[in-house]
Amino acid sequence: MNEGLSTIEQTVLSDYKYGFVTHIEADEAPKGLSEDIVRFISAKKNEPQWMLEWRLKAYRYWLTLKEPNWANVKYPAINYQDIIYYSAPKQKVKLNSMDEVDPELRRTFEKLGISLDEQKRLSGVAVDAVIDSVSIATTFKEQLAEQGIIFCSMSEAVQDHPELVKKYIGSVVPMTDNYFAALNSAVFSDGSFCYIPKGVRCPMELSTYFRINAENTGQFERTLIVAEEGSYVSYLEGCTAPMRDENQLHAAVVELIAMDKAEIKYSTVQNWYPGDKEGNGGIYNFVTKRGICQGVGSKISWTQVETGSAITWKYPSVILKGDNSVGEFYSVAVTNNHQQADTGTKMQHIGKNTRSRIVSKGISAGFSNNSYRGLVHMGKKATNARNFSQCDSLLLGDKCGAHTFPYIEVKNSTSVAEHEATTSKIGEDQIFYCNQRGIDTETAVALIINGFAKEVMNQLPMEFAVEAQKLLAISLEGSVG
Amino acid sequence: MLSIRNLHAGIEEKKILKGINLDIKPGEVHAIMGPNGSGKSTLASVLAGRADYEVLDGSVDFDGKDLLELSPEARAGEGLFLAFQYPVEIPGLSTTNFIKTAVNEVRKYRGQESLDAVAFLRLMKEKMAMMEIDQSLLSRPLNEGFSGGEKKRNEIFQMAMLEPKLAILDETDSGLDIDAIRIVANGVNKLRSKDNAVLLVTHYQRLLDYIVPDFVHVLYNGRIVKSGTKELALELEERGYDFIKSVVDAVEEA
Repeated sequence: MNEGLSTIEQTVLSDYKYGFVTHIEADEAPKGLSEDIVRFISAKKNEPQWMLEWRLKAYRYWLTLKEPNWANVKYPAINYQDIIYYSAPKQKVKLNSMDEVDPELRRTFEKLGISLDEQKRLSGVAVDAVIDSVSIATTFKEQLAEQGIIFCSMSEAVQDHPELVKKYIGSVVPMTDNYFAALNSAVFSDGSFCYIPKGVRCPMELSTYFRINAENTGQFERTLIVAEEGSYVSYLEGCTAPMRDENQLHAAVVELIAMDKAEIKYSTVQNWYPGDKEGNGGIYNFVTKRGICQGVGSKISWTQVETGSAITWKYPSVILKGDNSVGEFYSVAVTNNHQQADTGTKMQHIGKNTRSRIVSKGISAGFSNNSYRGLVHMGKKATNARNFSQCDSLLLGDKCGAHTFPYIEVKNSTSVAEHEATTSKIGEDQIFYCNQRGIDTETAVALIINGFAKEVMNQLPMEFAVEAQKLLAISLEGSVG
Repeated sequence: MLSIRNLHAGIEEKKILKGINLDIKPGEVHAIMGPNGSGKSTLASVLAGRADYEVLDGSVDFDGKDLLELSPEARAGEGLFLAFQYPVEIPGLSTTNFIKTAVNEVRKYRGQESLDAVAFLRLMKEKMAMMEIDQSLLSRPLNEGFSGGEKKRNEIFQMAMLEPKLAILDETDSGLDIDAIRIVANGVNKLRSKDNAVLLVTHYQRLLDYIVPDFVHVLYNGRIVKSGTKELALELEERGYDFIKSVVDAVEEA
């Protein structure tokens, strides 16, 4: 039963509530991108030579590339020289404990509902808090370390676990993968690093909260999760940004590696500032996320609730290399006003008896455009591979668009791929039925979309599910009637 | 309780109701009968406030309030309930969750506190026993994949939960076999009291064997052309609507 409904009622009437700015002195790089900037970032992080070389190689490769334009989105050309690539809130260089986190930053995260105070957290979620280009704090590190779990910022990982970073970074998403991945590889600032040793079931949810704060900056975080044989981890990420009239770029890379019988569950509630009702401002969210089921019987599951960003370009994918491995993609993407989303997944079946499942729910309102783009590839050796895809679209109003671009490639005769797709509108009949039971139209819409998205919402960890339900309602505020 | 005066209404330029007059008092059960296309369902829809229909003339007073001025959800809050002829499906939305939202929205309208999970569950258990409805049905998504009988039973269960002053049953018997009609009718009969009223809209007399009306009205061509007691329904059953048609048409031609 839904206890959150009265909150939904309140929240449908509210605007983007994370749009505030924290006024804090920042340590910034000058605008623009060059080899010097790449060196600047690397020096700021006191990185070893190999990391710098890697960045420079990526930068030089990026220079040879052209920005992709195949997605079903439109935006003015991005001036990459007009972006600040590094911005860090000024605070003590080395923190000895959580208590030393700048109170202003602590309050910022409190306002976002993220407590950095370990004692205050009841739900057992370890948090890595990233603001602009740096990680501010990571909670529960010591408890996790007792079981050999490494959960820290990427910058720390480069310092403290260089052998792991060196081994895995770029192993799933190579720097040459695409334009934004190359850019990220050159200038990536922070992000989270998780390593779950053999046979360990991570006792709490690991999560990273990303916040863009500074003006004119881009956020280029990098997350790497490695799950050794027989281990399990559930990881969540959340994100918000202030309301600004200019577009800001967010180009992240996430890599997941699952060994034999390991399982990684990766959930995202994406709530970047979507721009105003006229389509001014908002985040360009151009993200490359990919996992590899390296080992036999491994499993990677992506769940995403995408409500924010002016433009979303994102295809969390799974390479099913190990025999009997499983890949899943559950997605709810909501677009309202002038938002554009082109999102989906790639399931690359390489191993035998591999299975994948895709459930995509697109909800469009206002003047927005919402596209599902997916590829299911069954290689020659992927005998008996199975895929099931379901792509449903729900339209609110008649000025929005829903599009589905499913690509299926099957290279062997024993594999089976199934695809189902539906498009529906919220019916006047459904609204009237709710009205007749005393339920007003805004609440009725919230009920109907939460019902539509339920299959995906059920995949979210409890801590996020209620929040995500509220988000859906907020995102569609004022879109009916 | 309900007083309809000279009600004219239509849809997309087409006039359907052409001057309805009807009074319903607390404790009464009225049946509206009539051939297809006579305006029965239109009357039910107009009373519930469906936006597709346009009221062209007349007035409807509901317990001292101008019903036609109220939004559909306010009408529900005032105690008007419509059991739909074709209950809609809302995929993924649990029936229980839907009913809980409805109950609390109506309570809010009436200035009552909303029920918490425990109180709601207690109320639901009580009504489930009364209506002989199974928990499993209420756990499923609203009306999704329900049989015709299940949908109609779910409507009557919602009526029990919302405790309306006036319940309008729009062709609740259509598409049901005799056993299902009996179950639905039993539910309605249990909910009858001296304080509430029921308006049955039906094509066939057979529902009236189980829910016995105090008054029967025959609707034809947008008007109530004949009113009487339950015997009128039996007469209609025996002689068919053609008998009414010929009488009315003869009068109109004269």
